[in-house]
Amino acid sequence: MEYRDGMTYTQWVHAGFLPGEPDVSDPEVLAWLIRRHGLEMTHISRGSHIGAIFSVAEIMSVLYTRILHVDPSNPSMEDRDRLILSKGHAGAAVYAALAERGFFPVEELRQHYANGSHLSGHVSHRGVPGVEFSTGSLGHGLAVGTGMALGARMDGRGWHTFVVLGDGECDEGSVWEAALEANHFGLDHLIAVVDHNHMQSLDFCEKTIRLEPFGEKWAAFGWHVQRVDGHDVHALEEAFRKALAHTGSPSVIIADTVKGKGVSFMENDILWHYRTPQGDEYEAARQELEAHRP
Amino acid sequence: MRDAFVRALMRQAADDRRLVLITGDLGFGVLKPFWETYPDQFINAGIAEQAMTSMAAGLSLTGRTVITYSIGNFPTLRCLEQIRNDCAYHDANVKIVCVGGGFAYGSLGMSHHATEDIAVLRALPGVTVFAPGDPAEVEAVVPEMLKMPGTCYLRLGRGGEPTLHDAPVTGWKMPQALTIRRGTDVALLSSGGILTQTVSAAGMLAEKGISAEVVSFPCVKPIDREKISELCTRFAHLVTVEEHTIVGGFGSAVCEAAMETGTAAVIHRIGMEDTYSTIVGTQQYLRSCYQMDDRAICERTMAWLKA
Repeated sequence: MEYRDGMTYTQWVHAGFLPGEPDVSDPEVLAWLIRRHGLEMTHISRGSHIGAIFSVAEIMSVLYTRILHVDPSNPSMEDRDRLILSKGHAGAAVYAALAERGFFPVEELRQHYANGSHLSGHVSHRGVPGVEFSTGSLGHGLAVGTGMALGARMDGRGWHTFVVLGDGECDEGSVWEAALEANHFGLDHLIAVVDHNHMQSLDFCEKTIRLEPFGEKWAAFGWHVQRVDGHDVHALEEAFRKALAHTGSPSVIIADTVKGKGVSFMENDILWHYRTPQGDEYEAARQELEAHRP
Repeated sequence: MRDAFVRALMRQAADDRRLVLITGDLGFGVLKPFWETYPDQFINAGIAEQAMTSMAAGLSLTGRTVITYSIGNFPTLRCLEQIRNDCAYHDANVKIVCVGGGFAYGSLGMSHHATEDIAVLRALPGVTVFAPGDPAEVEAVVPEMLKMPGTCYLRLGRGGEPTLHDAPVTGWKMPQALTIRRGTDVALLSSGGILTQTVSAAGMLAEKGISAEVVSFPCVKPIDREKISELCTRFAHLVTVEEHTIVGGFGSAVCEAAMETGTAAVIHRIGMEDTYSTIVGTQQYLRSCYQMDDRAICERTMAWLKA
């Protein structure tokens, strides 16, 4: 079905790669596609949270290309790794990654927010192959992941549980309840990643509820802590590998990111937690992304 | 009731080694037989009900029946959103158990009075709600609850409640209501541990020449609509009794079901009148203060029948 300029939605987003196809096994390419879809989906839906979708792009792309043991043809494979996006408002990033990795047709992404669609603004497992757990209210994911990791260990299984958190989300007390428990139970197959874009709903984290010294807090809770550039796919991959190899305690990767990363006028501007890209802003964002297409 | 629960749970745990009990750091003495017998099936999540409930959801999604256990409002209201989003929405096989429904912890104060739990949990799609009336009903309900998939809420009393059924309740199927006493003048419908008062009130009414039927509803959601329909046909007056607010709880559930039958029967609700208890005392003292002990049930029923 035509979407724009005689192209389907998929062709429109993939236009720069035509007549070939993007190599979605490349984390740089997948991160770019997550942003490109994020822009298009929030444009179509007049949706929010593009800043968070952009900040988490490399975290999701590295997970879905280099780290997660998952199978698009068998999303409920017993020994799959589990991924929970606890900051559910960046759900479009998960949908885009899953679609590009073959869990469902890319064309369906244009249904984001649409009447009757399963592609809700906050990530939902109902009707979306590959989504492990529904979130949207902050502070739930880490404790759910703790339960999953406990279950794997009780069964003697080797799969890992990954939980992607927001930094603002770490205001929630339930995050720290789970941090205590995961450490107490020694869940070394639980790996948390904080998309530390330094901003939350109304302002910078530092001006809202101070998190720093953030890494020290996790370390004090007994976690194995790494701090990396969350837009450097190689650094992220290396951090994940170290976390996978670590034993005896759960791991957290604090990934320093930029809210709105990839579109200069969106970066570090809280407006883009809410604002939807329309008109000239949509076009300028699209051109800037296309100019930096890998 | 809690001892009957632990007995029933232990029987099930022997057959189902994937059953896990998580406590929110409560159950001193009561749960000891369980953790001594099944240490690999027991977790203390600490004083962290939100994480306990989310963790239970995650754990259940690895193919387990998971029970969360705490007292009063802690396993329910404190972590309501975790029950809604993480358990119920995911059809997670989590059974939430509250010890101390109503005024069981009467002297401990308002924080420990669980008087809105049924209404709140009943409102959540996908949550089955049980409130057995005595230890015999607990023994009947628990195996059925553990057999069914999905998220359930079990409201228990505390300890030491008398058994009111003459014989063990056998062959119970959800959501069956249980007739304790036959009568002809008025039906007393009861849910949860207040059944002791309802049965006693029926005895008092008999002394006044009023024949009261007593029916216990160990399952509030779904509710035994057939029994309600039958009672609406046989009686002009139905009285519901619950140690809980009358807003949205058992009495409300009965009214909802009865209205749909087109009944002309009048339904009177006994329970907390949309208020919190601001005083403390024994369970029986508070039941008396809030007009839901046996004497009050008897007197209020007589007044309604005369009016």
